[in-house]
Amino acid sequence: MAEFDVKTRELLFNYILGIADDRLILGHRLSEWCGHAPIIEEDIAMANIALDCIGEADAFYKLAATFDTEGRSADDLAFLRDSTEFRNVQLSEQPNTDFAWTIARQFFTDAFYVPFFEELAKSSYEELAAPGAKALKEVKYHLRHSREWILRLGDGTEESNSRLQDAVDNLWMYTREFFEFSDSVKLLYELDIVPDNSALLEKWKETVLPVLKDALITIPEDPPYFATGGRNGLHTEHLGHLLAEMQVLPRTYPDAKW
Amino acid sequence: MVISEEKIWELLKEVRDPELPALDIIEMGIAREIKIESGKVTVVITPTYSGCPAMFMIETEIRDVLSKNGITCDVKTTYTPAWTTDWLTEEAREKLRQYGIAPPGKDIEEIFNKNTKCPFCGSDDTKLVSNFGSTACKSIHYCNSCVQPFEHFKCI
Repeated sequence: MAEFDVKTRELLFNYILGIADDRLILGHRLSEWCGHAPIIEEDIAMANIALDCIGEADAFYKLAATFDTEGRSADDLAFLRDSTEFRNVQLSEQPNTDFAWTIARQFFTDAFYVPFFEELAKSSYEELAAPGAKALKEVKYHLRHSREWILRLGDGTEESNSRLQDAVDNLWMYTREFFEFSDSVKLLYELDIVPDNSALLEKWKETVLPVLKDALITIPEDPPYFATGGRNGLHTEHLGHLLAEMQVLPRTYPDAKW
Repeated sequence: MVISEEKIWELLKEVRDPELPALDIIEMGIAREIKIESGKVTVVITPTYSGCPAMFMIETEIRDVLSKNGITCDVKTTYTPAWTTDWLTEEAREKLRQYGIAPPGKDIEEIFNKNTKCPFCGSDDTKLVSNFGSTACKSIHYCNSCVQPFEHFKCI
């Protein structure tokens, strides 16, 4: 394993947790559709994408665990931390609400993660590049799927259009956290370990804006402020509820094996 | 007993992906490497998809098959190089087709742009129903010619 100093190890731990938490929380949200999706093909698709996300989370948690000074395992990191210790962007924890919200949340996420994993796969730190390259193959299918649904819903019926417009309007303020380039990320960037994610905003817009336009969705005005803080453990009230459900079993039966 | 790498590769042919029993884990490209260091055996595997739920079972079966033959081993998971359908040989693709699953193409966009050939009747008059199927690695299609739904192993 590559040798890093104590400071870099701490930065890497938090950075990798951010990716893992994004994927786990989104994966859990998607899994809530299992058995409830509008049509059976979508039920299967949601479960499939959830599975990819949770699998990706597992790979990143395992890597993060190698930097944990408290010696926690991947499962401990997923199931035994509280909401203030989660580092996911607030977009991932937003509730499913309806199918249009779920698809908008997914599309905004996929449009970031495709170029992000493309860049991460080039990391000089091979252990981090590998799960990035793996995940890239998966998120390409996710983006394809969410993009098609944006078009279908937006350019569908009056009802589907208004629901998607509502979702886009409400979720727009959560779309900038992906591109935050904090001082600690900058340090890792200077070591050639992680990409400059602020540079990905333009790519994100190139993916998102034309599709919304084709889907007859009005691009929202930028809000007075964009949501921020997820990477430092600041979350909306939705995350606590999600964790309560997701973590209840391992917290109630700490030695349970399955 | 001297444990040879050859013998272990031979034994691993007994292990199959429970979701794709037509192929063994060597044909699938899941078993990547066997290391023998001072009598200690390590089998290196790689998942088809990050969240593939069959990996745990495959790991257990590798241990079982080897231990039945008096070999204890470690199973390690690697993500480099990332698994790709390009590793499936022509022979493995034909086995998939005979099993009723359309084999993967060469390009990730292919299933969206080109009709996938029906594994049952060979017709090109098919349509994509969903790019997510019964397992992470498959998409669902429909053949207009023989009026049958079928699955396709997605290019990845």
